[in-house]
Amino acid sequence: MSLALIAALPFLGALLPGLMIRAGKNACAGVSGFVTALALLLLGLNAPAVLRGEVVQTRIDWIPSLGLNANFFLDGLGLLFAGLILGIGLLIILYARFYLSKSDPMGEFYSYLMLFQGAMVGIVLSDNILLLLVFWELTSLSSFLLIGFWKHLPEGRQGARMALAVTGGGGLAMIAGMLILGGIVGSYDLTVILENKDAIQSSDWYLPALILILLGCFTKSAQFPFHFWLPHAMAAPTPVSAYLHSATMVKAGLFLMARLWPVLAGTDAWFYIVATIGLVTMVMAAKIALFKDDLKALLAYSTVSHLGLITMLLGFGTVEAATVAMFHILNHATFKASLFMSAGIIDHEAHTRDLKRLGGLRTLMPITFAISIVAALSMAGIPPLNGFLSKELMLEEAAHTVWGGSPWVLPALATIGALLSVAYSFRFIAHTFLGPVRNDYPHTPHDPGFGLWAAPAFLVALVIVIGLAPMGAAAWLVNASASAATGEVVTVKISHWHGLYAPALWMSLAAIGGGLMLLGLHPRLMALRDATPRPDAKRIFDAIIEPMAALSARITDALHDGALTRYVGIGTLAIAAVSYFAFESGTHAAGTRALMPIHPVPTLGWLALVSATIAIVIYHRNRLLTLVLVGIIGLMISVGFAYFSAPDLALTQILVEVATVILMLLALNFLPKTTPRESTAARRGFDIGVAAVAGVGIAALSYALMTRDFAFPTIADYHIANAKPEGGGTNIVNVILVDFRGYDTFGEITVLGIAAIVIFALTEALLRAGPANDRLLAWRPDQRRAGDRHPMMLVVATRLILPIALMVGVFIFLRGHNLPGGGFIAGLVVSIALVMQYMASGFAWTAARQKIDYHALIASGVLIAAATGIGAWFNGMPFMTSDYGYVHLWPLEEFELATAALFDLGVFLTVLGAVMLSLASLSRIGLRAGETVNAQPFDIDPSEGRRLETEEAR
Amino acid sequence: MEILVAIALGLLTSAGVYLILRQRTFPLIVGLTLLSYAVNVFIFAAGRLVTGLPPIYDKAAAGYTDPLPQALVLTAIVISFGMTAVIVMMALGAFLETGDDRTDMTKTDPSEGDTP
Repeated sequence: MSLALIAALPFLGALLPGLMIRAGKNACAGVSGFVTALALLLLGLNAPAVLRGEVVQTRIDWIPSLGLNANFFLDGLGLLFAGLILGIGLLIILYARFYLSKSDPMGEFYSYLMLFQGAMVGIVLSDNILLLLVFWELTSLSSFLLIGFWKHLPEGRQGARMALAVTGGGGLAMIAGMLILGGIVGSYDLTVILENKDAIQSSDWYLPALILILLGCFTKSAQFPFHFWLPHAMAAPTPVSAYLHSATMVKAGLFLMARLWPVLAGTDAWFYIVATIGLVTMVMAAKIALFKDDLKALLAYSTVSHLGLITMLLGFGTVEAATVAMFHILNHATFKASLFMSAGIIDHEAHTRDLKRLGGLRTLMPITFAISIVAALSMAGIPPLNGFLSKELMLEEAAHTVWGGSPWVLPALATIGALLSVAYSFRFIAHTFLGPVRNDYPHTPHDPGFGLWAAPAFLVALVIVIGLAPMGAAAWLVNASASAATGEVVTVKISHWHGLYAPALWMSLAAIGGGLMLLGLHPRLMALRDATPRPDAKRIFDAIIEPMAALSARITDALHDGALTRYVGIGTLAIAAVSYFAFESGTHAAGTRALMPIHPVPTLGWLALVSATIAIVIYHRNRLLTLVLVGIIGLMISVGFAYFSAPDLALTQILVEVATVILMLLALNFLPKTTPRESTAARRGFDIGVAAVAGVGIAALSYALMTRDFAFPTIADYHIANAKPEGGGTNIVNVILVDFRGYDTFGEITVLGIAAIVIFALTEALLRAGPANDRLLAWRPDQRRAGDRHPMMLVVATRLILPIALMVGVFIFLRGHNLPGGGFIAGLVVSIALVMQYMASGFAWTAARQKIDYHALIASGVLIAAATGIGAWFNGMPFMTSDYGYVHLWPLEEFELATAALFDLGVFLTVLGAVMLSLASLSRIGLRAGETVNAQPFDIDPSEGRRLETEEAR
Repeated sequence: MEILVAIALGLLTSAGVYLILRQRTFPLIVGLTLLSYAVNVFIFAAGRLVTGLPPIYDKAAAGYTDPLPQALVLTAIVISFGMTAVIVMMALGAFLETGDDRTDMTKTDPSEGDTP
């Protein structure tokens, strides 16, 4: 369970910052940090077992029929990555607290960050590749939100869009690749896939799967030719760059290559694709980095270059190279994240990160200088720092690897890559910190507070510790992760000195010497570079994307021209065509079920219904008449339900009918009273045709259905047999609603509650200052008002009826479990009884006399229903399991008490609240339109024969 | 009897679709109401038509009709009230905001603008 919890904690944590920001920034950052630390602690508790070589597993069946299970496992590789994600995440949370300015919405930022963190942890802990894909896409989405965090910056929005398009597109390819992989093995569980190397590599589908999966990895890890999105993603706030673009997200691709290394690596295809792409990326990006003046752009290309280095190592396909890759992942995360944070500090303090405008900061910002120089020297590969150790090992591996028959290609290019790396690292230091102090900084810089430099300082401490004592500080983690990644037991030996005859020594020396030389030549090289044309990746990207976007916009505009009737027409005809095709391509025989005889009285009801329907079509322009006809149809349908053995439906239908007609009448008060004739005869003919097709189809379908017996045994028998013994009620429909299908009912009352609140919100929006409000204030009734709005007869009658109606409601509610009735029906009865008061005595007069808050009614209804469902847990039963028993309470007869009745109470309250809130909202619009409020229940006092006072309600 | 119910269902559907195609909000609401009648009755009829056998325990009953479609339709009736109420409110809001109750928003329609 704990593994699933580690993955779930950041997601749960994502909910908190948005709330806690109200308690201040420290609380907001604190709660994010606390959740992260908790997840890190849980990970740490699992670490000893993993380091012993065990694999910790958590399995939760989710959708087993699809092979999608929430299975998690933790081995050395997962431990390395999860540790990086959570550990650096914690530092970033601290850093971001002091980095973000007052105007930035911090709660939003931390929510996105936690979301991203959860997705990343999910990737590295997933044991199911489908689950992994879900998390993979989630990182693309959450990084989109983070890169575009500064919404007001166009670069931020464009960068976010580009990152999403590239990584999301790669993700699509990867889904296909993973599905092929799962298809070859016959399982989507990673642990199973990892044991089937031979089956996968001998399959014809190996190459397609490999290419598709690598597309996903290369796009995510910004490998050539998909590297261009990463520098554009630098428009993000620096904590995001430090977290996503140096330590975690871009390493997701590396993680997956390492994860699938045992089954995918070792073939020529793997070597030539992965090692070559990695090599090209490493050299090319290092060259670009040397010429970037923007600190973050320099670091971004340097990151691309180092990712290429690690990709190349994984591509070699040897256990040793993969081990070095693991070591460099760890080292790169430490020095690159601290460099990004330092760049952020410089930007924060000097208000620029342009190398041309910087220089001489070493005396102004000594702490930042100390942090940066250590990290940059590590990046350059200067002994004894950790970057040196892994770079030496990398060069050693490259020196022994033959590419395309030549032993020279790889070592030479790897040395050039290292040389360029030295050059840009030194340039970072020299052009930022060295040189004379200038007097034209946009803002005079000085060292920031402890909060801002604590995180990079901690990482730099790691750089030094791993550099000085690699065997003690890092070898255990490298061993564990490399063993897990390669499937073989790895015991690494890391040392600073490999002897005079080690080729890596001479390659390193060449790199450092050459790098220094390049730095000296930099101004001249820069001029040379500026003079030569070079491709602009963003322009190429736009040239590909823009026509596609324009094409889809054209298609969308053509299909969606805003004409609702067109959509309905096309939709109806399409459904009819598909149905007709299904009918035509099958066989058809007349139904065999015995038909019911036609009796005269029901036929009369049918005639009323049919004539009302036809009349509606003919007279629909007269809207008031339409409403009357709708009432007739509803009444006949409810009678029909009663006739066809459905008493509950009959009751519900007739009550809903009343509420619907009242609602529509209230609305019609403000709408035009007639529908103008504006469509042409041809258009009407076409519409009649569409309507006829739909009608004939439904009639034929329903006739075919009703004249056949059930094709499969019906599940009705189960409900009929178990309603009493299991649910404790004799009204089977009610038992289904509150017991067997209680979950559905719970969903439905929630929807009903939401609908009512939507209506309330719409009313609020209309009554705010705006055109609708102006129109209401200037409202002149378009029909003659009644002289006596609140006739005494009606007022007195409804008042007499009220207690009786309420009692009927209670009665119907109580008997509902056994006889027709229940929460739905009782809720409608009571709301109609209350609405009658509103109608008779006026809205405001009645509202002033009853203090029930409808929102509270809805909320308490849903909560009571939920609490009843949860109550089952305490009985050790699943959610919504009901229980019942018989109670004998003197002087009453023995009666039954079922938890389902409590659930039904929730239904009752929600229905009551929802109906009342909807109608009350409409009444509020009436008040705004100048309906007056009567101080007395009647408008006219019959004893004195005079009109009583009214007041304006506005 | 089945044929009568089928005809009624067909007529309700036709009338519903025709009214929805009338380009004004009020007929649209009425049309949707008729369509939801048709859908509810259709689901109900999927349990087949039976008279005199309500799904309520009774020692004297010869049998029971299928209770499940009834339970589904019961909630559907209440939900369609909620739906209708929302649409009525939207129609009212649209009319009050723009002074127009058309349902089609084609490009030439002056009531459609870029303002939110």
